[in-house]
Amino acid sequence: MSNTLIELKDLHVNAGEKEILKGINLKINKGEIHVIMGPNGSGKTTTANAILNNPEYTKTAGQVIYEGENINDLKPDEIARKGVFMSFQLPEEIPGISVTNFLKYAKNKITGEPVKIFQFKDELKKYMEELNMNPKNMDRSLNVGFSGGEKKKNEILQMLVLNPKLAILDETDSGLDVDAIRTVSKGIEMFKNENNAVLIITHNNKILHNLKVDYVHVLVDGKVVTTGTQELATEIENNGYSKYKK
Amino acid sequence: MAKTQVEEINRNVYDIVDKDNYDFKIEKGITKEIVEEISKQKNDPEWMREFRLKALEVYNKLEMPTWGPDLSELNMDEIATYVRPKTKLNNSWDDVPEDIKNTFDRLGIPEAEKKSLAGVGAQYDSEVVYHSMKEDLKKQGVIYTDMETAIREYPDLVKQYFMKCVPVNDHKFVALHGAVWSGGSFVYVPKNVKLDFPLQSYFRLNSPESGQFEHTLIIVEEGASLHFIEGCSAPKYSKINLHAGCVELIVKDNAYLRYSTIENWSKNMMNLNTKKAMIGKNAQVDWVTGSFGSKISMLYPLSQLNGEGAKTEYTGISFAGEGQNLDTGFKAIHNAPNTSSVVNAKSISKNGGKCTYRSLIKISPKAKGSKSSVSCESLMLDDISVSDTIPVNDIQTDEVEFSHEAKIGKISDKTIFYLMSRGLSEEDAKAMIVRGFAYPISKELPVEYAVEMNNLINLELEGTIG
Repeated sequence: MSNTLIELKDLHVNAGEKEILKGINLKINKGEIHVIMGPNGSGKTTTANAILNNPEYTKTAGQVIYEGENINDLKPDEIARKGVFMSFQLPEEIPGISVTNFLKYAKNKITGEPVKIFQFKDELKKYMEELNMNPKNMDRSLNVGFSGGEKKKNEILQMLVLNPKLAILDETDSGLDVDAIRTVSKGIEMFKNENNAVLIITHNNKILHNLKVDYVHVLVDGKVVTTGTQELATEIENNGYSKYKK
Repeated sequence: MAKTQVEEINRNVYDIVDKDNYDFKIEKGITKEIVEEISKQKNDPEWMREFRLKALEVYNKLEMPTWGPDLSELNMDEIATYVRPKTKLNNSWDDVPEDIKNTFDRLGIPEAEKKSLAGVGAQYDSEVVYHSMKEDLKKQGVIYTDMETAIREYPDLVKQYFMKCVPVNDHKFVALHGAVWSGGSFVYVPKNVKLDFPLQSYFRLNSPESGQFEHTLIIVEEGASLHFIEGCSAPKYSKINLHAGCVELIVKDNAYLRYSTIENWSKNMMNLNTKKAMIGKNAQVDWVTGSFGSKISMLYPLSQLNGEGAKTEYTGISFAGEGQNLDTGFKAIHNAPNTSSVVNAKSISKNGGKCTYRSLIKISPKAKGSKSSVSCESLMLDDISVSDTIPVNDIQTDEVEFSHEAKIGKISDKTIFYLMSRGLSEEDAKAMIVRGFAYPISKELPVEYAVEMNNLINLELEGTIG
């Protein structure tokens, strides 16, 4: 069986009338951590949204192949149930639905199996401790009144609980202090194994200091302009993107 | 705890139509002869017969409401105002006739009684068919019975309060109620008696082209405490049914009453209901209401804060779907110093449904030091649904704290995408957002009702995604 988890082939994506992605090629194997870096407006977030087929974006050409299947036109929830997860840059607030109930419900939808409540709560508690989260947040409405850092940690908590095959982290590190970034990295390490993969979208390097990254892709103006290893990230940290801009 | 995962229920539970198997059904329309006949059929005492006829005169004089939803589809000549089921009042569930018993069994009554209630009443069409209460409460002097029994056995109490709180000239449908009322519950809680468990009355209208006019009168004496729950439903018919009940709550000094309602009338029902509470010194009345059914509802419970330090809270939600116009809200009249009212009203509309929040907060000159805070929030699930807020605030003294907050919103596509990225279908995502929106209300309901409310939300949202 192929080891490829997901492949983007010449993917073109519009937001409204405007073309954002202009032919992206990207292949992620199981067991790998990939990073997409790039200046603002280069199409990083669009890439994440296009994989999950957010209806706000339109694919005009190319394919998203996940585990050998073209998932271009599947609905976001169908893609999620196949094992793709996205941590949002700006997580939504859902008043009246507690973190626990939300995750229990989502887990049931993802696995298709009933959730054993006591086991589930223990698991939740364990992850929250690892992520330095206040256990009281379990009973609070999802993301309502959470600080920026709490929201991001809550995204990582969801990743751990829902245990996807591909986790896309869209600027999960932005706006976080050093300690919180370390916690997020720890969450990624806990999650990571040889059967899943992580795609980290970031425009700074800090999150990469604590992680062993396999590939770094630089995205400029809707195209991958270069791909390298961790050293590429360090180079960009020192010299910026100007070299890659036209 | 987990209210998000509820079993699917079948709308059919509410919609199963029993055979229109009445003992007596009055001819349609509203005339003096009809009112006389109802009075005769009910063996009214003379004072009640006279009361009905006077109410009819008032009814004939009063105009239809000129504001609010269009009531032109209601033709009183097509409504039978009294339908007696084929049974007497039973004190044992076993004695209730099989078909009626099956109906209530399907609705979970009196199963509810066994679990967590102090007493249960059940009305079928125009008469109460079952009433029971725990023995120890009887010993403490608590009375919980149908209104007809109350008139016979406690005539002085009933005469003292019956339609004093809500006078027959209040509006046209109260006058109609006064003329043809039948059934309902009478509750009397003596001084300092506190009921640990709720009493629950359930009202079922089965007969087509008919009306239900139950009268609920509750007296909570000084320092006493009660939670009363009412539920109502009806199967759907193609022609209009009418509900014009009346609820009168007398809550004396230092007493407490919580009045919870889950209303799920069928969508051919005109629900023109009247509820009012008179609240004494340092006493409190809390209203908790979920309105899901009916074609048209006009219902604005009123709390009259008559004693110093009296309090009231209104927590309500309405959910209007296709063809529904739910005009609901709350009225508080502050008549004494240091009184307080808190309103938390929510509405949800979808598929062209219309929800209007209509309210009156009146603070009289003598109500110095009073507080009132109103919050109303509406959620529209699509572009064709309508939501409106019509608050009237009449503040006649400066020494008050008053706040009013209104929010009208829609479910954002971003929120739906977020939830879908967690494996929820679009329908699940919307239902979750709506359940969350309704949660501040559902958490105030007894747990069985909260579950029922979530079931109703899920039902209402089924098939909304094209």
